[in-house]
Amino acid sequence: MELRIGQCRIPLGRILPRRFLAVILLVGTAVAALGAPSALAAKSLVGKKAPNFVRTGLNGARLDLKNYRGKVVLLNFWATWCAPCQIEMPIFAAWQRQDGPQGLQIIGISMDDGPTPVRKLLSKMKLTYPVAMGDAHLGELYGGVLGLPLTYLIDRNGIVRARFQGETDPKIIEKQLKLLLLRR
Amino acid sequence: MKVHVLRAGTIVLLAVFVCSFASAQISTPSDNSAFSIPKAQLIQPAELSRLLHTSGADKPLILQVGSRVLFTEAHIAGAEYAGPGSQPEGLQKLQSRVAPLSRKTLIVLYCGCCPWNRCPNIAPAIRLLHTLGFTRAKALYLADNFGTDWAEKGYPVERGR
Repeated sequence: MELRIGQCRIPLGRILPRRFLAVILLVGTAVAALGAPSALAAKSLVGKKAPNFVRTGLNGARLDLKNYRGKVVLLNFWATWCAPCQIEMPIFAAWQRQDGPQGLQIIGISMDDGPTPVRKLLSKMKLTYPVAMGDAHLGELYGGVLGLPLTYLIDRNGIVRARFQGETDPKIIEKQLKLLLLRR
Repeated sequence: MKVHVLRAGTIVLLAVFVCSFASAQISTPSDNSAFSIPKAQLIQPAELSRLLHTSGADKPLILQVGSRVLFTEAHIAGAEYAGPGSQPEGLQKLQSRVAPLSRKTLIVLYCGCCPWNRCPNIAPAIRLLHTLGFTRAKALYLADNFGTDWAEKGYPVERGR
């Protein structure tokens, strides 16, 4: 085990006993959790029926949220100018591949001002889920998309179960997602 | 055993300190990072809100330099859309908007599209204004985003346009 800070590498395993390392890891995890973004902040939509919307995806297919009833939906608002969004998207694509058969459906909504940069970016990313363009109306429908990334988890009954605003540790989202997937 | 652990701990702490210091020296914020904006050029949300509510105060020209879609959803009351600061056409639009103004005009730029350290728009935009000689141009510090740090705090917002 080694600690990396900038360009330095510290071989912890050689210097410290395992118990001491375990304590450091525990304290570090606790500090990281405390400093994490308020992913579970109570928002008005959580616990309510997810507002339905119909869009034409950038692949030309019709995207109607209510057609995904029975699946767990991860609804991700993003944009090409949002750096943390682009960190999340390949992770979401992997989850779609992995958990799609268990009933996961990821939907991307781009809040870009137009589709041109979105198409350009999507041609480079191998996404495994549909993406449609959003707008101010859809943003308002979802309680105001006034900062990105923004992700909602919607259960199999169409109820919003979580809202993650800002740069969020994917493990936090995944943990809730897995719980929802277990519920039939 | 205790002495051994303490000594090892001290070595690690010293190494961490030295490496952190070295990293800080190597990694300075890039030109487009909002962290590159000098503190003197920042204005806090509470301070701007006070300015907007104080009668007789010098009212700033407020320009949003981020996403048009997010601006249409909600923006600071009285603000104008000036184009994304990360794009050449956005900077051109901003330059045209401020061209007829006195260089002493109080201007507040804001974006709030993403967390402050990730915003691609605010730093190029504020840098442009200072390059043009707008000595009273300020960047509104929105730590997380416009929704969390302005709208949800009850500061004045408008929709549309």
